[in-house]
Amino acid sequence: MKAYVSVFRLRFINSLQYRAAALAGIVTQFAWGFMELLAFSAFYRVNPAAFPMTFQQTVNYIWLQQAFLAMFMMWYFDFEIFGAITSGSIAYEMVRPLNLYGRWFSQSAGTRMAKCLLRCPLVLAVALVIPGPLRMSLPPSAGQFALFVLSAALALGVVVSFSMLIYISAFFTLSPAGVRVITAAAVDFLAGGVVPLPFFPDKLRAVAELLPFASMQNMPLRIYSGNIAGTAALEGIALQAFWLAVLMVLGRLWMRRALKKVVVQGG
Amino acid sequence: MIQLDGICKTFRVARRKSGFSQAAKALVKRTHEEIHALDNISFSVNDGEMVGYIGPNGAGKSTTIKIMCGVLTPDSGACVIDGRTPWKDRIAHVQHIGVVFGQRSQLWWDVPVCDSFDLIRDIYRVDNAAYKRNLDELTELLNLSEILQTPTRTLSLGQRMRCEMAASLLHNPSMLFLDEPTIGLDAVSKIAVRQFIKRLNRERGTTVILTTHDMQDIEALTERILLIGKGRILLDGSLEQLKTRASAQKTLVIAYAGDAPALSRGMALAESREGRMVITLDPAVCPVSDAIARIAAQTEVTDVSVAGISAEEMVAALYQEYEI
Repeated sequence: MKAYVSVFRLRFINSLQYRAAALAGIVTQFAWGFMELLAFSAFYRVNPAAFPMTFQQTVNYIWLQQAFLAMFMMWYFDFEIFGAITSGSIAYEMVRPLNLYGRWFSQSAGTRMAKCLLRCPLVLAVALVIPGPLRMSLPPSAGQFALFVLSAALALGVVVSFSMLIYISAFFTLSPAGVRVITAAAVDFLAGGVVPLPFFPDKLRAVAELLPFASMQNMPLRIYSGNIAGTAALEGIALQAFWLAVLMVLGRLWMRRALKKVVVQGG
Repeated sequence: MIQLDGICKTFRVARRKSGFSQAAKALVKRTHEEIHALDNISFSVNDGEMVGYIGPNGAGKSTTIKIMCGVLTPDSGACVIDGRTPWKDRIAHVQHIGVVFGQRSQLWWDVPVCDSFDLIRDIYRVDNAAYKRNLDELTELLNLSEILQTPTRTLSLGQRMRCEMAASLLHNPSMLFLDEPTIGLDAVSKIAVRQFIKRLNRERGTTVILTTHDMQDIEALTERILLIGKGRILLDGSLEQLKTRASAQKTLVIAYAGDAPALSRGMALAESREGRMVITLDPAVCPVSDAIARIAAQTEVTDVSVAGISAEEMVAALYQEYEI
């Protein structure tokens, strides 16, 4: 276990080296957050009752989404892992006394959390103090906040275990680009990255809420402001745990198969 | 103890000719070819031995190393290293081996070398006291004190290779696999790396298996040589044996003052300049001592040196002999 924690820690240290990237990320996230909020506020002004979430809930959703972007976005991948597979440096990974799935899992989780930690404090601080209707509110209760934290941790697990499947696919496709682009677009939409799931048409929404993608950012961001609360929140968290388990088992089995026929590229 | 028995490994490789029409054709129908990278490889290595594994590019050296390290799974055959099959008990097996792939890096690119070392310590669960002792020793032997705090990306190749070497030994493995450890290094770094490997073998009794194309590595390091070509083990013996087998010829370099001496039977002139002669000698016809005595009787010899063929020439002769 200590070894996986160390991988996580080194990855964390590694990501802390890139200050300029973090700063650029923060600027982008502010710009993007404001743009989205302005568009939403225009819609809400026409008829606030026509929407499935209150304006305050939508504001919270979008600020949290921007703050935790690095943690939950499906289009972010660790290119070192793709590189290890396509360039053959996986040879070094395999001479370590570690389970490769566990190693890459902790590595991706570490990268995401480090990136997030560099970016989120400033975004959250500003979102909590800006005056006017665009200010983010505090969670309704401490209990609700605790549920949010739990759900966020599970969401990170689901995101990482799903991206593990994309990494493993590189063993079979040689070039990860195609799979990566398609999943990035489709998953981002189905996870509520473009618009929150409650805004989907009813039938699509009913299906989407059961898919593993809804166990990513959708769940914690809606729990935070009370859009999902009580039993519904607990059910949602159980669904997240279920998908996390399924994705991890699938990933480990697939990884085992891939390693049996691994070829080290480039001599 | 390393024991390989009848290891075979085949790769499937897609092939096509160059050009647009061929590329278009390959869209529909691929032609694959089976490459027998290893064809019935068997050998064994005792604890504490130092073995040079040589052969031309593509002969299967790296594939064998990767099988012994548990990276690749062979199609058939058995490989038992200290009682374990590498690809079946990979995690238990790699705890006891160190590996350097000369063409790749195991250090994290953007962080100082010592951070990578700490990670390796935790991965192998080395306890802190042993780690510190080991690291101090390696730092001294490989002269790392000034580069440990530097990010990997700013190191020169020679510095990096010394760090790679140390990284592979932090957990004090009983066996070290080196896949072209001196590739691309300058003379000073090469010598440093060689001396270090030698010392490791002598003082810690580490079993070393190394592949290389640098015959000076072989000459400086290994007693025993395995020659592989086209996926088969062709020769297994000591460097001296192989040299004699390849050619018994000696080269005699004579510097003299006075008249050029006449050559007798068994000697052939390879090169001649004023006051200096290079003679190839067949010791079966004319023993070395006779040759020197005969030449010395005719002229005043100021300097003489006798050499067998170099490892480089020997290997070239062997490759030619086996058509590999």
